[in-house]
Amino acid sequence: MILQAAAGAALGKAGAAIGAGIAAIAAAIGIGKIGAASLEAGARQPEQAGHYRLTAIIIGALVEGACLFAILVGLLVVLNN
Amino acid sequence: MRWLRYIVAVLLAALASVPMRAEDLDMNEYLFGHVGDSYEWHITTVKGHPVSIPLPVIVHSKTTGWHVFSSRHLEEGPYEGFYISDSEKNSGKIVERGPSGEEIRPLDISITKNVAGLMFNSLLLVLLVLFTARWYKKHDAREEAPKGLAGVMEMMITMVEDDIIKECIGKEYKRYSPYLLTAFFFIFINNLMGIIPFFPGGANITGNIAVTFVLAMCTFLAVNLFGNKHYYKEIIWPDVPLFLKAIPLMPVIEIIGLFTKPFSLMIRLFANILAGHVMLLGVVAVVFLTAKLGVGMNAGLSAISVLFGVFLDILELLVAFLQAYVFTMLSAVFIGLSRQGD
Repeated sequence: MILQAAAGAALGKAGAAIGAGIAAIAAAIGIGKIGAASLEAGARQPEQAGHYRLTAIIIGALVEGACLFAILVGLLVVLNN
Repeated sequence: MRWLRYIVAVLLAALASVPMRAEDLDMNEYLFGHVGDSYEWHITTVKGHPVSIPLPVIVHSKTTGWHVFSSRHLEEGPYEGFYISDSEKNSGKIVERGPSGEEIRPLDISITKNVAGLMFNSLLLVLLVLFTARWYKKHDAREEAPKGLAGVMEMMITMVEDDIIKECIGKEYKRYSPYLLTAFFFIFINNLMGIIPFFPGGANITGNIAVTFVLAMCTFLAVNLFGNKHYYKEIIWPDVPLFLKAIPLMPVIEIIGLFTKPFSLMIRLFANILAGHVMLLGVVAVVFLTAKLGVGMNAGLSAISVLFGVFLDILELLVAFLQAYVFTMLSAVFIGLSRQGD
């Protein structure tokens, strides 16, 4: 029984770490797609390139917000165990 | 440049003669000491003695009334019945012993490190803006362009005003300009001061969820107190087929959305700034954690960690500006959405 409880605590921390890793993957994929789309659009219409850059930065920050939320949850799990 | 190689070799050999006197770094205490709040402002530690600025403690207990004293008194032990608790629930906070021996937290409005940092940064912001305004009083803005500090401030203010406020709010942008400009500069200056590692910077203010909660609450009030009828109609009774609003599906989703938008503002700013600080602290901690592995590993890893730390600091500059920009822009968008169709 005690062994199971100890395994449970370690499993919680492992889950949190894996969750943070998945959040990092999600952030990288999302921001990579934004970068690709904005560069492609800028290549097709160079005079709007400034607009695309601004939009890319803003949407990057929004995507990052969602991923950092997941990282926060991971941190909470690790600290409150 | 060959002489440089020899100097580096001599220095490394000299380092080998320094006895490695490493004590274990308590990562938890190190991280949360730097990122959390405290009753004194710790500046440095000289020969084992911490050099810190004691901040005033202002507490009100139900039994003994108001107490105002310097937090230096709390270092030795209990003072006037108050002491800093070690327990799980109230760790690090001021408590007093209740009648049955349990710990009660009094009403605590002390000037802690975060409060002192907030006050200092707000004073800095007020001075910056007043200094800029003074230039405009003394010169005619139509004749000449400002130089120096007033020039930088004008550049940033017009950038925020033209790109964010005018675009997103539309006709009545002037009514919301004061709040949005204040929010932008407040977040920007607090983020920047959080990156500076020495006094008076280094207080982790925008990485404190209470501060970002208040900022998000201000946006929530600015959006909802001044929304026009069209905005509320879209929330409560939107223009969708009846079966979506009779079981209150759309209205419930919209009302939840009313709260999740400022919530995401709060979490975004808090998590970005806190993550940046924690990463930077971790990179610097590498220097201390590798101290036990010998001089070679320590020197090599310290060099790498310093370079990586510089890179992270530059990234933090970008993040500081970006988070202020995104907060202000999203607030402006929400305000614009609430005043649509006017």
